[in-house]
Amino acid sequence: MGIHVLSLVTEPMSLADAVLGEIFFVSHVVAPPGAPEWAQQLADIGFIAGERVALMARGVPGGDPLVVRVGLSTFALRLAEAACVHLASPDTETAR
Amino acid sequence: MNEAVIHLYRGGPLLALVGNPNCGKTALFNLLTGSRQKVANYAGVTVERKEGKFTTPAGKALRVLDLPGTYSLHPRSPDERVTHDVLYGRAIGERRPDLVVCVVDATNLRRSLRLVLAVKRLGLPCVVALNMVDLAQARGVTVDAEALTRELGVPVVHTVGVEGGGDAALRALLDETALWRRSSSVVAGIGGPPVHATGADHEAVRGILQRLGLDELIPHALSDRIDRVVLHPVIGPLLLAAVLFLIFQAVFAWASAPMDAIKAATEWLGATIGAILPDGWFKSLLVDGVIAGAGGVVVFLPQIVILFFFILVLEESGYLPRAAFLLDRLMGGVGLSGRSFIPLLSSFACAIPGIMASRSIANPRDRLVTIMIAPLMTCSARLPVYALLIGAFIPRRDLWGMLELQGLVLFGLYVAGIAGALAVAWILKRLTARAQVRTLMMELPSYHLPTLRNVGIGLWQRVAIFMKRVGGVILVLTILLWFLASFPAPPMGATGPAIEHSIAGILGRALAVVFAPIGFNWQISIALVPGLAAREVAVSALGTVYALSATGNDTAQALAPLIAQDWSLATALSLLAWYVFAPQCLSTLATVKRETGGWTMPFVMAGYLFALAYLASFVTFRVAWALGAAG
Repeated sequence: MGIHVLSLVTEPMSLADAVLGEIFFVSHVVAPPGAPEWAQQLADIGFIAGERVALMARGVPGGDPLVVRVGLSTFALRLAEAACVHLASPDTETAR
Repeated sequence: MNEAVIHLYRGGPLLALVGNPNCGKTALFNLLTGSRQKVANYAGVTVERKEGKFTTPAGKALRVLDLPGTYSLHPRSPDERVTHDVLYGRAIGERRPDLVVCVVDATNLRRSLRLVLAVKRLGLPCVVALNMVDLAQARGVTVDAEALTRELGVPVVHTVGVEGGGDAALRALLDETALWRRSSSVVAGIGGPPVHATGADHEAVRGILQRLGLDELIPHALSDRIDRVVLHPVIGPLLLAAVLFLIFQAVFAWASAPMDAIKAATEWLGATIGAILPDGWFKSLLVDGVIAGAGGVVVFLPQIVILFFFILVLEESGYLPRAAFLLDRLMGGVGLSGRSFIPLLSSFACAIPGIMASRSIANPRDRLVTIMIAPLMTCSARLPVYALLIGAFIPRRDLWGMLELQGLVLFGLYVAGIAGALAVAWILKRLTARAQVRTLMMELPSYHLPTLRNVGIGLWQRVAIFMKRVGGVILVLTILLWFLASFPAPPMGATGPAIEHSIAGILGRALAVVFAPIGFNWQISIALVPGLAAREVAVSALGTVYALSATGNDTAQALAPLIAQDWSLATALSLLAWYVFAPQCLSTLATVKRETGGWTMPFVMAGYLFALAYLASFVTFRVAWALGAAG
């Protein structure tokens, strides 16, 4: 990604690409084919549509794993796990 | 560990505490039951089973089960599977609870209440303990228990798990008989697959919180501030290194005084009893066998207590998962995840709790690798062996004015174990971890000040387990060794120490053939046999062997100069190398068998560790010999 500027605007952003410290809302969770169980597991720990999330810190070195806030809880997630969580911007959420 | 199981307290209705991890459930359990709790395992799995008993204000005697924390009723680890099975009445040998107490973190209702809704659907009588209300209040969140009772349709009471009397409302509530009647209206989910209603539950919880005016998110500001330091890319790892260094420093520095006291007490007891009893086999058994043997093991109790104290404090405070986070990348290099850090850290005290702690690793391959390398972490049982050999063979000498040679050698042995573990994990990664998807999803709970009660109870349980081991396996083996080393008595007119004619002497000589290439004499070879059961026994075994070889009573004192005279430096170094790797602990192998559900893995483990130990000793011995350490 990143070649077409347009696609950046329309493509839903995932939690893995979120800006540090900025608040977002979960739009939906998509598990990778190799780990279908992640969808339920992520939902169990709070990644449910409409829930407030934020990226708190990135691990060193390599920016993996991540520390994320979901609702009131804090979790360490792998980059690949965070990439399953698709985000909606705050504006979309208030429109709900 | 104690493997006796199930229904430890007879009679009385059974409660189960259910809640998210880190909701203060175990603190509440400790508060309810005090010291009246028993720790064992669930049938067939090494998931810790904690049962306790207590009485209500009206005098009703109740049993309570502290179920492993879970986020939902969709289990993802062996721990969560137990909670699921017990609640559905499917756990082997477990009675389905008569009542469920949902422990809810008042500072994080959004997540906790989802689990309450799922538990409610089980149809079991259910109450909600709104825990940590003090912390919620401090954050400006006041939860109206009555309003929540109306919303949830189950009784809700306030509790504070970390405060004496914080469980009063819950105790009083349990006296209401109407509470215990099983409702016949809701039985959804029983028998069938669990209802996947996470999204709907989430909406329901949002509605409830909105109506109660609690839908505002107020994060724990202090935790966030601490995390900015603890998880800082530069400061965080430095802080972790400092913490680990401090722990190991404390284990050695603080433990020396109580260890000396225990050693002195054992020697005094041996000498006193030796003076009272008439000479003969009974005196020999008691003094050389029981007192010298058990005393040599009880000596590490202070180190185990100190190490576990730190682990418990770090666990209670919420730091351990952060440490795991910081180390995740590093562990990833050898194919493991940060989750393996906590089991491996525990293994420095003892591999058994370490292996048991591996149950929190959801990935089966990672869990198995963690189990396989756990014995390479230098457990406290190896310390007496190291201490004896280093004291006898390594001179006390300052290096570069600040480092001490003996300490440096000890540090080197720890490093050798860790390096060995990393190498094994790396090789296993090459062989088995191709295209692995590894799940982390690890909660970093809010920081809490550890409470004296919870750390105290945790320590007490570990001390009890250790002492049971001393009282059981180790004592029996020490006595058995004494017997083997004392009989048959030497023939009339025989020269040399009596032990050379005993069964142990003959066995030792046979084994010495195998161990001669790595520099072990027959005394070492024979001490390795009981040392199979538990490493620390090797010291007392050497003590027994040499005590029965000579005529003195004070084995512990005499042993160091005796071996310094008897062995070459190459032999001593070879034995040190042996101890870094050798799988000399039957309890560990037994735990591995339970954990992996078969004999394959314990055999693989014993085999590879023996091979590694023999190789390391062989190389050490030959190199040391070539360098002139023969004298």
